[in-house]
Amino acid sequence: MDILVVLKMVPDIVEELTLAADGRGLDRDQVRMILNESDDQALEEALLLKERHGGKVTVLALDAPELDDALFAALAKGADRAVKVAGAGDGPGTRQTGAVLGQVLEREQGLKPDLILTGVQAIDDLDGLLAPLLAHVLGLPYLGVVVRVSVDGSARKATVTKECPAGFQARFEVDLPAVLGILSAENPPRYVPVSKVRAAMKSQTIELLPAPSAGEAAVAAPKLLEMKKPEEAAQAEFLEGSLEEVSEKLCEILSGRGLM
Amino acid sequence: MGSDIWVVAEQWQGQISEVTHEAVALGRELADASQAKLVAVLLGRGAGDRAELLGDADLVLCLEDPSLDEFVPAVYAEALSPLVADREPRCVLIPLTNLSLGLETLLAVRTGAPVVNFCADLQIVEGRLEARCVVYGGKIEATLQVPGPTAVLGLWPGVRPAASSTGTSEVEVEVIPISLPEASKVRFEEHVEPEVGDVDITRHDVLVAVGRGLMDEENLAPAEELAKLLGGAVCGSRPTIDQGWLPLSRQVGKSGLTVKPKLYLALGISGAPEHMEGVRGAGLIVAVNTDRQAPIFQVAHYGIVADVLDLMPELAAAIEGRKGAASRG
Repeated sequence: MDILVVLKMVPDIVEELTLAADGRGLDRDQVRMILNESDDQALEEALLLKERHGGKVTVLALDAPELDDALFAALAKGADRAVKVAGAGDGPGTRQTGAVLGQVLEREQGLKPDLILTGVQAIDDLDGLLAPLLAHVLGLPYLGVVVRVSVDGSARKATVTKECPAGFQARFEVDLPAVLGILSAENPPRYVPVSKVRAAMKSQTIELLPAPSAGEAAVAAPKLLEMKKPEEAAQAEFLEGSLEEVSEKLCEILSGRGLM
Repeated sequence: MGSDIWVVAEQWQGQISEVTHEAVALGRELADASQAKLVAVLLGRGAGDRAELLGDADLVLCLEDPSLDEFVPAVYAEALSPLVADREPRCVLIPLTNLSLGLETLLAVRTGAPVVNFCADLQIVEGRLEARCVVYGGKIEATLQVPGPTAVLGLWPGVRPAASSTGTSEVEVEVIPISLPEASKVRFEEHVEPEVGDVDITRHDVLVAVGRGLMDEENLAPAEELAKLLGGAVCGSRPTIDQGWLPLSRQVGKSGLTVKPKLYLALGISGAPEHMEGVRGAGLIVAVNTDRQAPIFQVAHYGIVADVLDLMPELAAAIEGRKGAASRG
């Protein structure tokens, strides 16, 4: 069972986000990049499948700041191969990312997985989601919002569970190869100590592939007019003071409303 | 360039979902602003019988085929793309939900159209279509000009009021014959009912909701203590469930449950749109977060800028103090 996990780096939104001077994006020098959260879940699901069925896990990503750390962490967690694609420009949108990676997967004979997993979505997927984009380019079936994958022995079919509204789930049978957008793995993503990541950096390498030269046939791209922080429509009334004071104020409010 | 505004209706267990009515309301505004027609598209067997529930539309297109009974984005994209390519609407509005996610992208690539995701509002500005989008977990708003002739627009649920149409019988209905290849590569098997949790969070008047700001499972204890003091239960946002701190039955938001408590005390929750979708019916929302800019403060009624780990014991002490005073008095 050969599994490919497609990873994407996104700004860490736990940190304060700074806008670029022209108001057309984030200030890329100020932003810390981390692995897209649901991509981490996709990696975990792939590692679980490998533990169950054997095979290989390859991680693939477009080059981005701090990507190497994420790739070495994936290797330290148990991925067998890490590949990065360079030369696709500075911060391409998701649509372009899908087109480039799709072409790489069509071209590379060494990258013909039975299953492709990636995160269900990323916080900056303004122009499309990566999993359906890849599925389209490669002509493969797609299912998203996935929370469980089990594969039959022949690796020809998978039983895939996705989330529905109101806590319901739905089960599907999907022909392989397929592209699945993972919402969450069956277990929380495993922890890998820094020492193991350092060891991976010393003993393993990241393969480098060039981006294909021809881009996707031109699709009229949405034009970004402006990015800004939401106006402080902060309708919240802030309670100010020491911890003790705000606690007292909150109690006052709650008891005033009969909530205590 | 096409001018019609299309909305893809979403059905779940025989009902047209709330988000569809929200999309119809937004579509109606757009259509009126551009003297265009609002077209709702309903898929699945029996679609024609439900068309009148979309009475705010000028026309309801019904695609009736057994293969469309279950909302499978890949199958829906296959059914819709020839129709969209043929009729060239100005835009196709698709609410972003667990059922639909992926359809917006597939429909766009199949028809060669652009897609704009995470839309919270759409407007016609000087004759051009503009989308206001909420990105980066609600921390940034982006305004984009949407090119034509056709574009697909993914809408955040819960960001605007739903159309309150009671249904008129005057809506025009067009049934579109459709034939899809029988063997899809993605085959629906069955629905799985939610696991019954130890606590039904939809029934509590007071919910203490925890998020990533809790930092560690160990810190659940003071949150549980607060819930006990307030006579409520603890629930959480997606990260707390993914980390295994709380069971799935305690999750609030897009993938979890929708709750309507009298008090929603949000501790260390940033307020991403996926989470807030499940809380909009709460009577009183009090949020505690270290980041004064956190989007949760746009929705909360009261806000406290503090580390929840520091605040929880203080708040518990204050509540206990009052209760003590009340029982003595």
